[in-house]
Amino acid sequence: MASVQRLVLDVLKPHQPNALEFARAIAALGEGYQVNIRVLEVDENTETLQVAIEGDRLDFELISGVISENGASLHSIDEVSVVGK
Amino acid sequence: MVLKQIKTLLKISHSEEIMRRYFVVNGFDGALTMLGLIMGFYVSDRVDLAVVITTCLAAALALGMSGISSAYISEAAERRRTLARLEKAMAASLNESHHARATTWIPWLVALVNGTAPLLIALVIIVPLWLVRSGIELALEPLPAAMAVALVIIFLLGVFLGRVGGIFWLWSGLQSLTVALVTVGLIYLVS
Repeated sequence: MASVQRLVLDVLKPHQPNALEFARAIAALGEGYQVNIRVLEVDENTETLQVAIEGDRLDFELISGVISENGASLHSIDEVSVVGK
Repeated sequence: MVLKQIKTLLKISHSEEIMRRYFVVNGFDGALTMLGLIMGFYVSDRVDLAVVITTCLAAALALGMSGISSAYISEAAERRRTLARLEKAMAASLNESHHARATTWIPWLVALVNGTAPLLIALVIIVPLWLVRSGIELALEPLPAAMAVALVIIFLLGVFLGRVGGIFWLWSGLQSLTVALVTVGLIYLVS
């Protein structure tokens, strides 16, 4: 089964939780999840992020669940790296 | 797990400061109301201790209920407004998010703090009255003892506020105490 090893997501989120807490929430989903966030744009109530996640076996469903739980919405999947096994 | 969830909701909704403010403001209300009531009884002609206790207890319960209901109504309305504004900015429903959960639960938490602060403080203030009524002798008469407890609590609330605001604790404690002593003086003059 193919495993997802890298994802780059375009995400819109409210100011709270902040980028650090947001990254921690995603990283807590699995051992070895490495999360990098770049804040691309800040508005009055929201901010646009580029979220890069790396790991041996990323679970997209869980990741998108945490994104919604934190009040954010996934706009697009900009990059994917998948390894077939 | 529940504590972690509550902590997340408090953080997302910036409610810790609001709850702290409500605790002090309504706690101060409760202490000052009890102080006023007890001072009123003290300057009146002989009043039965049972009447004093019942009146103070009723006032404490009323303060608690008032604190809970008023805070819930205003906080729930504010939270709903904030969520609606956020949903508009996000152009999406946030129903499944921490933000929606905060909108539901934070008003209850804030209301609980707002209501229990005056209730608990009032109950502590009337402890000397209960003790004397139960036959335990105190160094002071029951009403002055209860007033002393109220003054100490008011001083401590001032100290707490001073620490929060970075003001010298003794100064802020004395400020609160001055308000309480002025209240006592006014009641004495009126009577």
